[in-house]
Amino acid sequence: MSDNEFIKIKNVSKKFDDVVAVDNVDINIARGEFFSLLGPSGCGKTTLLRILAGFEYPSSGKVLIDNVDVTGITPNLRPTNMVFQNYAIFPHINVKKNIEFGLRKEKLSKDALDKRVKDALRMVQLEGYEDRYSNQLSGGQRQRIALARALVKQPKVLLLDEPLGALDKKLREEMQLELRKLQRSVGITFIFVTHDQEEAMTMSDRVAVMNKGKILQISPPRDLYNNPKNLFVGDFIGQINFLESEIKSIDSNNINVLINKLGEHTLTYSGNINKEESIVCAIRPETIQIGNNPDQIKSDITIKGKIANTSFYGNMTYIYVEIEGIAKTLMVSTSDALEGLTYDSECYININLKDIRLIKKN
Amino acid sequence: MIRYWEKIYAKSENIKAYALLFPALLMVILAMASPMLLTFVTSFHTQVSMMEIDTTLTLGRYKDFFSKPVYTTLLGRSIKISFFVTLVTLITTYPLAYYIAFYVKKNKMLWIVLMTLPFWTSYLLRVFSWKVILGHKGVVNSALMALGMIEEPLGFLIYSQTAVVLTLAHAWAAFAILPLYVSLDKIDKSLLEASYDLGNSKFQTFWRVTFPLSLPGVIGAILIIFIPTVGDYVTPQLVGGTDGRMLSNMIQALFGRANNFPLGAASAVIMLFSVSLVALIVTYVTRKVSMRMS
Repeated sequence: MSDNEFIKIKNVSKKFDDVVAVDNVDINIARGEFFSLLGPSGCGKTTLLRILAGFEYPSSGKVLIDNVDVTGITPNLRPTNMVFQNYAIFPHINVKKNIEFGLRKEKLSKDALDKRVKDALRMVQLEGYEDRYSNQLSGGQRQRIALARALVKQPKVLLLDEPLGALDKKLREEMQLELRKLQRSVGITFIFVTHDQEEAMTMSDRVAVMNKGKILQISPPRDLYNNPKNLFVGDFIGQINFLESEIKSIDSNNINVLINKLGEHTLTYSGNINKEESIVCAIRPETIQIGNNPDQIKSDITIKGKIANTSFYGNMTYIYVEIEGIAKTLMVSTSDALEGLTYDSECYININLKDIRLIKKN
Repeated sequence: MIRYWEKIYAKSENIKAYALLFPALLMVILAMASPMLLTFVTSFHTQVSMMEIDTTLTLGRYKDFFSKPVYTTLLGRSIKISFFVTLVTLITTYPLAYYIAFYVKKNKMLWIVLMTLPFWTSYLLRVFSWKVILGHKGVVNSALMALGMIEEPLGFLIYSQTAVVLTLAHAWAAFAILPLYVSLDKIDKSLLEASYDLGNSKFQTFWRVTFPLSLPGVIGAILIIFIPTVGDYVTPQLVGGTDGRMLSNMIQALFGRANNFPLGAASAVIMLFSVSLVALIVTYVTRKVSMRMS
């Protein structure tokens, strides 16, 4: 077994009555990896996580962890532990007893037990909280206790079910960094479920994007952003403009594409696309440059438009540009000052061919 | 004038609160507090003759109660019978409540209503039907005899403490199911999953998480059953026989044929305090024990 196949999810499907929640999913996860399952609600990511935890059994397929088939094994006998979405801190016992809860089987001496609890609390920076009860903790503290309670068991895999969802934005960003740091220091494989693309991107080694029970793409965050394999992934991760396009011809290195209102252009051909397939061109808003003079910026394509709207985000501004013949306004983001680029004013947008990605429609 | 009062009413939260509380308060004072106070005062009096009561305050009736073994025996028996009624009811209703809370997915309310269906008939009718079931020629005895499992009717089934316990346990089951169900249904299912995930079997999870979290319901059920059954006198009278007589039957007699209101009142007061004490102890012990378990 190689470390790259520490967790093997082999052709796993899960049906609830007639609904297919997880559809023939096949993933290998490496030892010590921070792996995220990303997708909109109802995409099956939580079901897949629960299959890994043992709360659900797959209708077909297998799950192997560290070379052991755990498909039919109950959660209490698996080398996995979970951090629940609502943290599930036992309300009738204090923090210390919560953390000890999973250690009973190890039959530790009182001193050893105290030390384990103390270490776990230090790890999540909540030393001295032993005697508190769940209702005396803030959301962020509960989340840390849930983390400590799961990690104190030293599982082979830690499963996290949207654990940051209930926290406010500032705390969430703080916890993202902390979680990543913690994962590196304990070296345990983390599988993280989230619907927040930013969260998945900032923390993960690799991200699997799911929709309707299927895995659409598994890539490192940067790849996922720069080279989305399909419309859904491109649209789900970050902001993107899609332009209707048509393939004119393909030769060994080049592909000729007619892009709606932008004319026919030759792009580098990277394979994977047949001439008959219907495609769109995808352009990230930050790769488009904007100005109020056609000769201001040198670029491969320059086209005239009218500003339909602008929204200011502090570090940058989104500008929505109306172009005659294109139904949807084009989104452009810029961090520059916007002299003369105000609502209803004329503008020119500049696109370089290297920033255009071809994506199959289906 | 009316506007003036309206203004005052709207302004003061206190006046508003008392005004809303008034009808209930009046009812409680008239129907609960004053009779209890009357009973309490009467317990310090002395019955001189048939119609005459000496109202000089004395502890004599309390002395009477504790000097004659019959009263303390009956008190002990009342508490013992109620204890077993509570135990039997809890053991039989907890699994039902558990089943509805965790395994019934649809129409939970319908299940609850079905559980309480027998309690829509009169209490007396149900006690009488237990007489039919447990009697010497009743359903249980005839069935066992027909099967040849016993030679003659089982004597302890009717007119015994067993009969009182069985009948009362059945009569009060509906009142136990509701608090148990509510406390079980409220338990966050992810807590059970968390326990399971942390290495506990389903059985361990029950004793370490489910049961301790259902304690408010268990204590509620204990109080709801224990307190009123100690004072029940209809069931012991109908199915208890001499062996199943409880203190409340004696109190009834003291206020009736025996015509000793002060001693009856003193017995009632003693019972009230004993019940409160036992209820407190039970609550405390249950809480302690469950803390130890988890």
